[in-house]
Amino acid sequence: MTGRWERRVGYVVLVVGTLLAVLPLLGVVVMALNSPSSLGNSPSIFSATHVSNFTAVWRLANYGPALGASAVITIATVVVSVLFSVPAGFAFGTMNFRGRNIIFYALLFGLLIPLEALIIPLYFDLRRFGLVDNYWGVVLPDSALSVSFGSFWMRAFFLSTPRELVEAARLDGAGSFATLRRVLIPLASPPILTLAVLVFVWTWNDFLLPLVMLAGSNIQTAPIALVFFQSQHTTNYTYLAGATIITAAPVLVVYVVLQRSFHRGMLAGALKG
Amino acid sequence: MSLSPSLPRPVGAQAPSAGRGRAADEARLLLRGNRPGGAPPGEPRRVGYLYIAPGLVLYVLFVLAPFFHSVYLSFFSWDGVGPKQFVGLTNFRAILDSTTLSSAFLHSFILIFFYAVLTTAIGLLLSAVMARSRVKGLTLFRTLLFLPYVVAPTAVAVIWRWLLSPQGPVNSLLSSVGLASLTRPWLGDFNLALPSVGLIGTWVMYGLAMVLLLSGVQKISLDLYDAARVDGAGPLSEFAHVTFPSLRNEIVVVLVLTITAALRNFDLIYVMTQGGPGTSTEVPSWLVYNQAFVVGSVGGAAAIGLVLALLIFLVNFAVTRLGTPRLS
Repeated sequence: MTGRWERRVGYVVLVVGTLLAVLPLLGVVVMALNSPSSLGNSPSIFSATHVSNFTAVWRLANYGPALGASAVITIATVVVSVLFSVPAGFAFGTMNFRGRNIIFYALLFGLLIPLEALIIPLYFDLRRFGLVDNYWGVVLPDSALSVSFGSFWMRAFFLSTPRELVEAARLDGAGSFATLRRVLIPLASPPILTLAVLVFVWTWNDFLLPLVMLAGSNIQTAPIALVFFQSQHTTNYTYLAGATIITAAPVLVVYVVLQRSFHRGMLAGALKG
Repeated sequence: MSLSPSLPRPVGAQAPSAGRGRAADEARLLLRGNRPGGAPPGEPRRVGYLYIAPGLVLYVLFVLAPFFHSVYLSFFSWDGVGPKQFVGLTNFRAILDSTTLSSAFLHSFILIFFYAVLTTAIGLLLSAVMARSRVKGLTLFRTLLFLPYVVAPTAVAVIWRWLLSPQGPVNSLLSSVGLASLTRPWLGDFNLALPSVGLIGTWVMYGLAMVLLLSGVQKISLDLYDAARVDGAGPLSEFAHVTFPSLRNEIVVVLVLTITAALRNFDLIYVMTQGGPGTSTEVPSWLVYNQAFVVGSVGGAAAIGLVLALLIFLVNFAVTRLGTPRLS
């Protein structure tokens, strides 16, 4: 009978854990819809009717341009990461060339380097080349860090594809590029999608890099707009709740729609330095 | 999954354990890298360089070069504008000598307890009691439990700054259940600000730990538990001899993710406390930013960033080592 007892405890832990994860987020939604003059100590679901709060927040925090900037940076980073990681993973996983392992471990090193150890020279060096205070200053370093994870991730996939597939394509006279494009990439959409989702989430949520690299410009990403908005409206919790929802929403939508891909990556221990 | 560069090891001894999930497969694939039999086929092909070139160039320019430039800068005293002055190891010695700097690193270790130790313990407890059950509705639990991890950390910070504010929901909840004596300005309290930030880290991470460990435990064959029971194993010994060893890979993944997040805690600190009150929530990543871009002590900040990198490197190395079963 211990089995049934354990099972019950397990479900209690699961349900309580899930409630604790979700309730603060639901509270934010209710808060965001309460009257802008409410104090924020106990938002009521019955007064959660002020949908117009969102329009006010959108205008006050300038979310139009901010979401646009975040979209440009995030999509550019995802595209560059995939375009550069897939060929690199292909070479590491299916080809033999001198220095292959050394280069691979050098790339792997990037998984462990925290941005904090790069941000200072990144700012001062890129400034000399006019690459700060514009999109380049965020997209290039973000892509570089993601390529490190992406090559590692795609290599694991290409190593797991049957070797006969590559050999057969070669015997048929297909060059390496044709093999990659016609034979392997059609099989690679699940890992590519996982890579894209993870890079999307990391890049959209990132704060330190855009904070430093865009400090002298009027470009704001969504998280920066949120933090800036908070410093102006420190205690208007209704508006702040609305701003958090706008900031987090795009990632939440991508996560909910593509969660299988996301979980596949997390289960494999996806990590970016 | 292993992430440290300690990866090349004699892999011939790898036991072909049956279907231990994707993480294990990936780890094994990775470990296979250096084995002659696992090497990609064919004679050396120069075209390989062409495929890695774009990614490698980007990586060298924007990761490796800045890293080594960071090392260089850490030996100088520089305000970011004027001339640099070589000071040898002074910046590193300052980290040891200055109580403000060394306590920032100490704070990181306190945060590791909340981000990693507590969350892994919760996940393991759940896995232990659910080991023999096949969980129904796992997909729904998984989706919801991951939400705090997916929400932007800046948003998490704004949310909890509200929840923990002096007149906020947490304090009103305490008052309404008769615990008014416990209410306080959590983030403004010298002793409680750091544990409060830590508990927010726990909130962000425990769902991830629960999901990863629970998915791992669901893959363990029930036969193993039946065999253990036949041998007279109680719940504790069952956990020690079946559940825990089978979850090695998952535990490593959870620890690597949570410890790294604890050490790289910039967003929460920047938004909620700015290192305060006083210096009670100063952490290395906050110091890197503040020293370099606000105070103008660029060399010192570079040194802090490097020590942080070294710390992340060492901790991950140790965790991965401990998680790899010793090869006889």
